[in-house]
Amino acid sequence: MSNKQTLVVIGNGMVGQNFLENLMASDIKGNFNVITFCEEPLVAYDRVHLSEYFAGKSADDLSLVEDGFFETNDITIHMSDKAVVIDRDNKTVTSEKGIVINYDKVVLATGSTAFIPPIPGNDRDQCIPYRTIADLDDMMIAAKDSKVGTVVGGGLLGLEAAKALRDLNLETHVVQFAPRLMEAQLDDGGAALLQQKIEDLGVGVLTSKNTTKIVDGDTCKHKMIFADGGELETDMILYSAGIRPRYEIAEASGLEIAERGGVVINNQCLTSDEDIYAIGECASWNNQVFGLVAPGYAMARAVVDHLAGNQPSFTGADMSTKLKLNGVDVASIGDPHATTPGSLVYTYQNGVDGVYKRIVVSQDNKLLLGAVLVGDASGYPTLHQYYSNGIELPEHPDSLILPARSDESVGLGPDALPASAQICSCYDVTKGDICSSMEAGCTTLGALKDDTKAATGCGGCAALLKSVLDCELEKAGIEVNTDICEHFPYTRQDLYNLVMVEEIKTFGELIEKHGTGRGCEICKQAIGSILASYWNEYVLENDHLGLQDTNDTFLANMQKDGTYSVVPRMTGGEVSPEGLIAIGQIAKKYGLYTKVTGGQRVDLFGARVDQLPLIWQELIDAGFESGHAYGKSLRTVKSCVGSTWCRYGVDDSVGLAVELENRYKGLRAPHKIKFAVSGCTRECAEAQSKDIGIIAVEGGWNLYVCGNGGMKPRHGDLIATNLDKETLIKYIDRILIFYVRTADRLQRTSVWMENMEGGLDYLRSVVMDDKLGVCEQLEEQMQHVVNTYQCEWKTTIADETKLKRFRTFVNSDKQDANVVFVEERGQIRPANTEERELLQAENV
Amino acid sequence: MSDWIDVCSFDDLQPNSGVCALVEDTQVAIFYMPEQNEVFAINNYDPFGDAYVLSRGLIGDINGEAMVASPLYKQHFNLKTGDCLEDETVKVDTYEIRINEQRVEVKI
Repeated sequence: MSNKQTLVVIGNGMVGQNFLENLMASDIKGNFNVITFCEEPLVAYDRVHLSEYFAGKSADDLSLVEDGFFETNDITIHMSDKAVVIDRDNKTVTSEKGIVINYDKVVLATGSTAFIPPIPGNDRDQCIPYRTIADLDDMMIAAKDSKVGTVVGGGLLGLEAAKALRDLNLETHVVQFAPRLMEAQLDDGGAALLQQKIEDLGVGVLTSKNTTKIVDGDTCKHKMIFADGGELETDMILYSAGIRPRYEIAEASGLEIAERGGVVINNQCLTSDEDIYAIGECASWNNQVFGLVAPGYAMARAVVDHLAGNQPSFTGADMSTKLKLNGVDVASIGDPHATTPGSLVYTYQNGVDGVYKRIVVSQDNKLLLGAVLVGDASGYPTLHQYYSNGIELPEHPDSLILPARSDESVGLGPDALPASAQICSCYDVTKGDICSSMEAGCTTLGALKDDTKAATGCGGCAALLKSVLDCELEKAGIEVNTDICEHFPYTRQDLYNLVMVEEIKTFGELIEKHGTGRGCEICKQAIGSILASYWNEYVLENDHLGLQDTNDTFLANMQKDGTYSVVPRMTGGEVSPEGLIAIGQIAKKYGLYTKVTGGQRVDLFGARVDQLPLIWQELIDAGFESGHAYGKSLRTVKSCVGSTWCRYGVDDSVGLAVELENRYKGLRAPHKIKFAVSGCTRECAEAQSKDIGIIAVEGGWNLYVCGNGGMKPRHGDLIATNLDKETLIKYIDRILIFYVRTADRLQRTSVWMENMEGGLDYLRSVVMDDKLGVCEQLEEQMQHVVNTYQCEWKTTIADETKLKRFRTFVNSDKQDANVVFVEERGQIRPANTEERELLQAENV
Repeated sequence: MSDWIDVCSFDDLQPNSGVCALVEDTQVAIFYMPEQNEVFAINNYDPFGDAYVLSRGLIGDINGEAMVASPLYKQHFNLKTGDCLEDETVKVDTYEIRINEQRVEVKI
C-alpha cells in the first residue's frame, strides 16, 4: 500500500472544484488519494453566469471541469451522492448511498442553498429557487405557460435572474425587501440610478416590499400580497434573496457552528477539528459568510498551502466587484457605505449620461476606503488598485471620478503599482507574475493571457493588463517592431489604410510611394490580400499575379510533391447526385485521389499544373465553381441537415448556410475563414469552433464569433442572440470587414480576438452599437465584394493568355519525371523517396 | 565552355514571377523582374521539400539581394548565387542566362 493520505472533498461546486485544481497544480498532489462527492448530477459549473443558459449557452458551456480532469488526476468522484456524516473518532465519512471512506483529511465545500423567504404559499407550483442547472430546467418548463415572471431579491444574483426571465421573453419584475437594489454593494444614489436603468429595460422594480403571502392570482397564476397592502400578479416566482450556508453534515458531525450559521473556521480555514477544513459559502470566518466566489477561491488556496505545511492566513476577503448587470456597468469597492469612522465622501452624479460615482476616503484624504460606480465602471481598475494596494491618493481625490476636462491624466499609471499588486483577481495574477512571464518571452497580450491566465476569467482586468504590458515593454527599452517586413515600415493595418485612403490599386504603386526594394513573400502576399479584399479584382491580373502565394498563384493547393489538389465549391455541403457523379467521373478520368474534407466537400488530389485548366473546364461544365480552398478567404459554411429533414431541427440551417456561402464566397481576408450553421442547440455542425458560428434557437439565430479548431482550439464567443436573418447578415458583414481591416497578416479571428483590447465587449460596441461610426462603411465594402464576385476559374479558362502559365515546362510537353504515384487502398498517393527511386530505376 | 542554349521566347516569361524550362533533362526555373530588367536562372529542385517547385515561388529581395521563397516551406534562395539564406550548407545550382533578340538563352 502507498503511504498516501486519503483526502475527502465534500462538494463539487465552484469552490470545491477550484480547490481540486489548486491541489493538482501544486507540488503536493502526489501526497493524497483524493475522493470527492458531488450531490448534483453535474460536476462543477459556473453558477455566477447561470443566466447565460437562457442566452444560448449549454450546461456543457457552463461546466468548469475540463474533459478528463478526474481521470487524468486519479480523483475518485461519487456523482449524485452526498456525504451525510463524519465519524471523527473512527475517522470515516459515510455517504447517503452507504459508501464509507477512511479519511486522513476532509475539506467541506458544501456551499449554500438559496434562501426561501418564509412566506405562506412560498412552495406553490412554479415558485422556484434560482441556484442550480436543475432549477433552470424547471424555469424553462414554467416559462412555457407564463407571461409574467417575478424575482424575489434585488441583489446581484437576483438581477442576474431577472435577465434570465427577460431572455425567456417574460414580463419581468423584481421585488426587493430592502429599500434599494444591491443593498450590500451600493449606496442610495448608485442604487437609484441602477434601478432607473433596469426599469428603462422594461423590468418592474419594487423596493421596500415585504411579501406576506402568495395566493391564487386573478389574471396570473399567483398573486403576491405585500405588507403595505400592495399586490403583484405573476405566473412564476424565482427566489434569489440571498444564500444560506449548508452545514448539515458539520452539525451532524459535532463541528462548531457559528451563531448566524456556517461552519466556524480559523485563519487556516480549519474547523474545530484539526483534520477538517471548510471553504466557500458553507464556512463562517469571523462570524461572516462570504457569498461571493473570490473569497471561496482564496480559502481554497489557503487550504492547499496549509496541507503543504505552510502557515497561510485567510484574513477576510476583498468583496469588491465589477460586473455588467442587464447591460449596466456596476462596480463596488471596499466600504461603499462609509461606515469607517471619520471617512469622507466624494460624489459625482451625471443625470444626462446616466453616470454615478462615489468614493469613500480616509479622514486624512490619503487612502481610498470604498467606491460605487454605476453606468460607467471604467475607473474600476485604477480605483481598485488604490484600494487593494493602499496607494496614497492624489492631492485631489475627486479627480479620480470627475470626467477629464483637460489633458491631465488622473489614472494610476501601471508603473506606480508594486510588483505585489494583484492585476487579475480571478486567477490571482500579480504585476510581478506578469513581469516574469514577459521576461520568459511572452510579450504580446495573447501570449500573456495564455501563460498567466490573467484576463481570461471575467476579463475585467484586460485593459489594465494591456497597460502593464505596454509600460513594461517601454521600460525595458524593447521597441516592438511592428513593421510587416524590411520593405515597408508599416503594419498590415497601416498598409490597409494607405490602400483605402490613397485608393492604391497595385503593389507597384504602393511600394513606390511607401516602401523600398522589390518586396518579399511576406509583404507581397499581405498586400495581395489587402488589394483583393478592398478592390476585389481578379487575382491573376498581371499587376497582382506576382503577389500570390503558393496556392493562389495557380488557384489550387500545392501538395508535398508539387502536384495540386482541386476543390469545387459545394455550398453548405449540399451536392446533387448528378454533381457527385460528375466529380467522380472527372476524378476517374484524370486519375485523382479523392477525399471528403472536414468542410463537407470533396478534395481531388494529384493534379499536375497542366491538368488544372482541363479539370476545371469539366467541373465548370458540370455546374461547379471555384471553392477557394487555395485562398486566404472564405472556405466553407458547414451545416447540419436542419429542420428540413431533422426531427429536432429548429430552423433551416442548410438554407442559411447556402445563402451565407454564396454571399461571402470569394472574400479575401488576412487568413482563411470558416463558418458553420447548426439547426438546433445539439450543434451537429460544430459552429462554436468556427470563425463565424450560427445556431438556430426558438427566438431566431444565435451568433458566435472567433472560434477555431486546429492547433489551438477556441470556443466561439456568443456575441448576439435571437437575431432575425437580416440583422444576422448585417452583423456578419460588419464583423468580417472589421476583421479584414484590422487583423495582422495571417492572423485567424481567434487570435485577433485574443489580442483585441476590450475583447468581445469592444467588438460588440463597434459592430452592434457603431461606436466608431463605421458600420455603414463596413457594410458598403462587403456589398462591393459581394457585387464583384467572380469564379476565378471561369475567368481563367476564358482567357488564353492566362492559360499559358499552366504548363509544366515552358519549352516542352514532357512532364516532371519526379512526380510518381503508387497505389494504396485502391487510390493513388505520392511515392516516397525509396519507392520513387525504385520505379525510376525500373523505367531506365 | 558550354554554349548558349535557346530555351523559349521572351514573351513566355511571366513578369515578377517564374516559369520552368526543361533544358537537356535539367529543370531550370527562370524568373523575370521587369522593373529591374533582370532575369535569373536556377535549378527548379527544392532540396528541403524534395520536389521540383522553385519556379512557382514568390520572388523579391532580402537585404537588397534578389531571392525566391520556396512555395513549400518558404526557405529563401539567392537568385544570383543559389545560396540558401536560412542554411549556409545548402545551395541550389544557378545558370547563366541572357535575352538574345527576344529569345531566352541559358548555359547549363
